Amino acid sequence: MSTILVRKGGLYTTVQDTGRDGYYEIGMPPSGAMDQYSYRVANLLVGNPDGAAALEATYIGPELEFTDDRLVAVTGAEAPVAVNGEAVPSWQTLAVRAGDVLSFSMITAGARLYIAVSGGIDVPEKLGSRSTYTLTGLGGFEGRKLADGDRLPVGKAGTDAPGPPVGASVPGPLRPEFPDVMPLRTVVGLCSYRLTEAALDSFLGTVWKVTKDADRVGYRLRGGTLDFVEREQPFGAGGDPANVVDLGYPVGSIQVPGGDEPIVLLNDAVTGGGYATIGTVISVDRDRIAQAKTGDRVSFVPVGLDEALAARRDRARRLAEARAALTA
Amino acid sequence: MSRTDTAELALPPARYEYGGDEFVFVEMDQAMSLEANIKAMTITAALRERGLDGVIDICPSNASYMIRVDPDVLHPAELVKELRALEESATALTSDRVLPTRVVDVPVLYDDPWTRETLMRFRDRHQDPGATDLEYAARINGYAGVPQLIDALSGAPYFVTMLGFVPGLPFCYQMVPRERQIEVPKYVRPRTDTPERAFGFGGAFSVVYPVRGAGGYQLFGIAPAPVLDVAQRLPDFQDGIVFPRAGDIFRYRSIDRNEFDRIRSEVEDGTFRYRIREYEFRPAEFLGDPDAVTSDLLEVLYG
Repeated sequence: MSTILVRKGGLYTTVQDTGRDGYYEIGMPPSGAMDQYSYRVANLLVGNPDGAAALEATYIGPELEFTDDRLVAVTGAEAPVAVNGEAVPSWQTLAVRAGDVLSFSMITAGARLYIAVSGGIDVPEKLGSRSTYTLTGLGGFEGRKLADGDRLPVGKAGTDAPGPPVGASVPGPLRPEFPDVMPLRTVVGLCSYRLTEAALDSFLGTVWKVTKDADRVGYRLRGGTLDFVEREQPFGAGGDPANVVDLGYPVGSIQVPGGDEPIVLLNDAVTGGGYATIGTVISVDRDRIAQAKTGDRVSFVPVGLDEALAARRDRARRLAEARAALTA
Repeated sequence: MSRTDTAELALPPARYEYGGDEFVFVEMDQAMSLEANIKAMTITAALRERGLDGVIDICPSNASYMIRVDPDVLHPAELVKELRALEESATALTSDRVLPTRVVDVPVLYDDPWTRETLMRFRDRHQDPGATDLEYAARINGYAGVPQLIDALSGAPYFVTMLGFVPGLPFCYQMVPRERQIEVPKYVRPRTDTPERAFGFGGAFSVVYPVRGAGGYQLFGIAPAPVLDVAQRLPDFQDGIVFPRAGDIFRYRSIDRNEFDRIRSEVEDGTFRYRIREYEFRPAEFLGDPDAVTSDLLEVLYG
């Protein structure tokens, strides 16, 4: 079996794919690549089938040594990338040979890098996915983030679909942007009746800052205080005004424990609990928040279901355009 | 209640909300009640029967439920239409309605050394730093002492009304009328540590923590047997990595240290099996006379 030698694991590098569906009801979140668009384009660049496992690296990328000929591509956040110390471009199909070393410098914009290798990362599937869920140590490489010295199994590169030619590149307009304030389109609702009208306006009008408590489970934000409607708490809810009778949390849902630190739950979400949820970031914009790092700013933009569904279609169209540009 | 009676579940109309484009959240009631949970269980069981394409997860949750949907296959608005129709047929509770379920004996060592050690480390985050969690809960719920509280906790069985937070964690609601429900607040500030398999209580819910980690529930004891087995070593985990299912009925039986140690060694050598009995639960009968039904199902479990 072919392997990649992990010379350095980076800060937090895990194996991820499209995610593990069908286990939310037992309390297991889907996991999977946080920025699905960048992950999918990385696979397109190396000719992998949809859903092949890739690496997601947060803030500081890994150092990888290849042991055979491969296509490789880096997408997602912006960071200087090098092969054997020589700068190479992101969002482009690269060829590497046995002994070549892929390395990264500090990220300059965004938060998460995606590294796809032809043949895919060939860890065993667990419950239908190769995604890493570290809380229970399930999936991915031994259920954990990569460490120095790991030997990462890679699959046999497909021979029937060789992939784009070396040097193929994703056009600029099809790469994500990293604006100063990341707008997150949000369907307001769930238990938003718990916030006063003024608090809901303030939630939507505030520019929030990502705190250091921001990981694959969720992002904690700071920037304002939100008041709850006063009430006698219903039976079973618990005494705090932010409490409700424990309920399910959608991926992307927003809760405000204590009224001053909104939390947006993401791919490794806790699936339920006793805090009032006030809305849900639409699925497409989880790609955006995935590229926000500690200190970055985000805002919530109210949209309806139709706009959320239109955003899905738009992402599918952009993926189709990227595919067409790479195979032309 | 006679066999032909039809009870109405006295609940407000459900509230339907979109959780973005991939989730639908439906609230039966803001307050917890067995009626609200039974209604959520009835609707979600009927939805499961329908086998709709595009429904990824069906999550009954205490006084609400949540559906994860693939909107590219099933429009969330179409799903809500289906759910409203199911709600209409679930509101009238005929006496012949049956929810097939399991009754399970779940041993618990109450007032154990491990959770006691943990809770003593976090007294500064508790409502009553001078007492243990059991002493505090006995006092605010009007029990003469800890033994009487443990009798109440381990006497009547509980409904598993929701699974979630982390994989395998069962939220359990005791099958007694509201005036006999035990209720405790969560910690003032959550602990950063909880032993694996700790038996906790918060609001009106008891839980077993599947993994070690943070937690805010009062700590009352520890279970010798797991609710989560990622490696699927134990026979009860052959079909899945978690043991509890929403709709199960658990009895948290009080055990002594000898039995605890014996079960632990059975878990270690891979031979432990929960005591499980199949049970046809009749919601209308239960709501009419809860004590009669719980004594019947304990007889089925241990008889």
